Amino acid sequence: MKINVTVNDEQLEMEVGYDEFLVEALRRYGFNSVKRGCDTGCCGLCTIWINDQPTLSCSSLAVRANNQKITTIEGLQEEATDFAKVLVKEGAEQCGFCSPGFIMTILAMKRELKNPTEEEIIHYLTGNLCRCTGYLGQLRAVKKYMGVV
Amino acid sequence: MIKLFQIKNYAIPNTIEEAYQLLNEKRANTLLGGCGFLKMGKKTIPTAIDLSHLGLDKIKEDENAIEIGAMTSFRAVEVSSILNDHFDGILPRAVKEILGVQFRNVVTVGATVYSRYGFSDFITALLALDAYVILYKGGKIPLAAFLAQGCQKDILIKIVILKKNTRAAFHAMRNSQGDYAILNVAVSKENNEFKIAVGARPQRAMIAREASKLLGEGQLSEAMIEEVSILAAKELTFGSNMRGTKEYRQILCKALVKRGIKEVLS
Repeated sequence: MKINVTVNDEQLEMEVGYDEFLVEALRRYGFNSVKRGCDTGCCGLCTIWINDQPTLSCSSLAVRANNQKITTIEGLQEEATDFAKVLVKEGAEQCGFCSPGFIMTILAMKRELKNPTEEEIIHYLTGNLCRCTGYLGQLRAVKKYMGVV
Repeated sequence: MIKLFQIKNYAIPNTIEEAYQLLNEKRANTLLGGCGFLKMGKKTIPTAIDLSHLGLDKIKEDENAIEIGAMTSFRAVEVSSILNDHFDGILPRAVKEILGVQFRNVVTVGATVYSRYGFSDFITALLALDAYVILYKGGKIPLAAFLAQGCQKDILIKIVILKKNTRAAFHAMRNSQGDYAILNVAVSKENNEFKIAVGARPQRAMIAREASKLLGEGQLSEAMIEEVSILAAKELTFGSNMRGTKEYRQILCKALVKRGIKEVLS
């Protein structure tokens, strides 16, 4: 089935299967920042935005993206770089595999929450798992980026 | 990637009647909710029916009731000012610990309730609020009756909760943040009438009827709350799974019921 989507502000016609999830379709079309992780909706590696809302691309059927606006980290290079600099400065970047999904959630949180508490930050990020950092460095970086320290 | 489920045809109906006709054309035709659990199954679906064009994703209120459309996401429930302002906000509280914000943007109210998931936090909270489900053919049915009946092919259109002067509390115990609950409890109080709902036992949520009745009749003392919590843990059945044993759930039930009662009385 052909669908028309806006990916990172560009119109794109995609050929997708009825039972294909967005993570597969987007990667097939070259958006390789979108990672496949647990494939059960738990790890947040595949986080993208659909109509500016952080969403799991491993759990969203591609056909449903027809006429919707999709954003991946390729479309948020400037903001992502700003955050990545803070992340590196705090020594919170290790293997980096979870970073695209993690950063997509953080950029969504920055738009949504004003002056969040540490508890609110942790709650918003519950859906993003990192297998190697232990989260403390990441939390320091997020708090600095959000301007709450 | 190994694909366990297959969709042969995809339909996006413009009316509920059209969706109902498609649903009943073949036994395995399936309505799509958020699709979060779709890939966990091995089903081959002749026609998948997408309800996203039917405007069922709204939360509305009027003088008497609040309505939650079947395609409303859990995230919309969580941030809804209407639902945060009523029933002590137990519906947003019941969904906010479910995995992450990305997942809650996917999961829908209708699919959760229609599937009668035993692990659901949302169903337990709804049950304590005396909610109704509105089915396209089946009409208005109390949620408790809907949960008790077998699965019939129908379309859940919305959930309705009557606006009353209800105090409510929701508590759940998890092994870790974001995990499914080992047990969840919702308690509501409207005048002298109480409802104690217990879910994730791991069977689907049920009202502890005898305990709820006793609480409404007795003196609201510490001893009575203790007695009611013991009765709730005794009258309901519990089971074991990877998250907890039957015995542990029974102990948790007593503790969470007590906390819920004290919260609605505070």
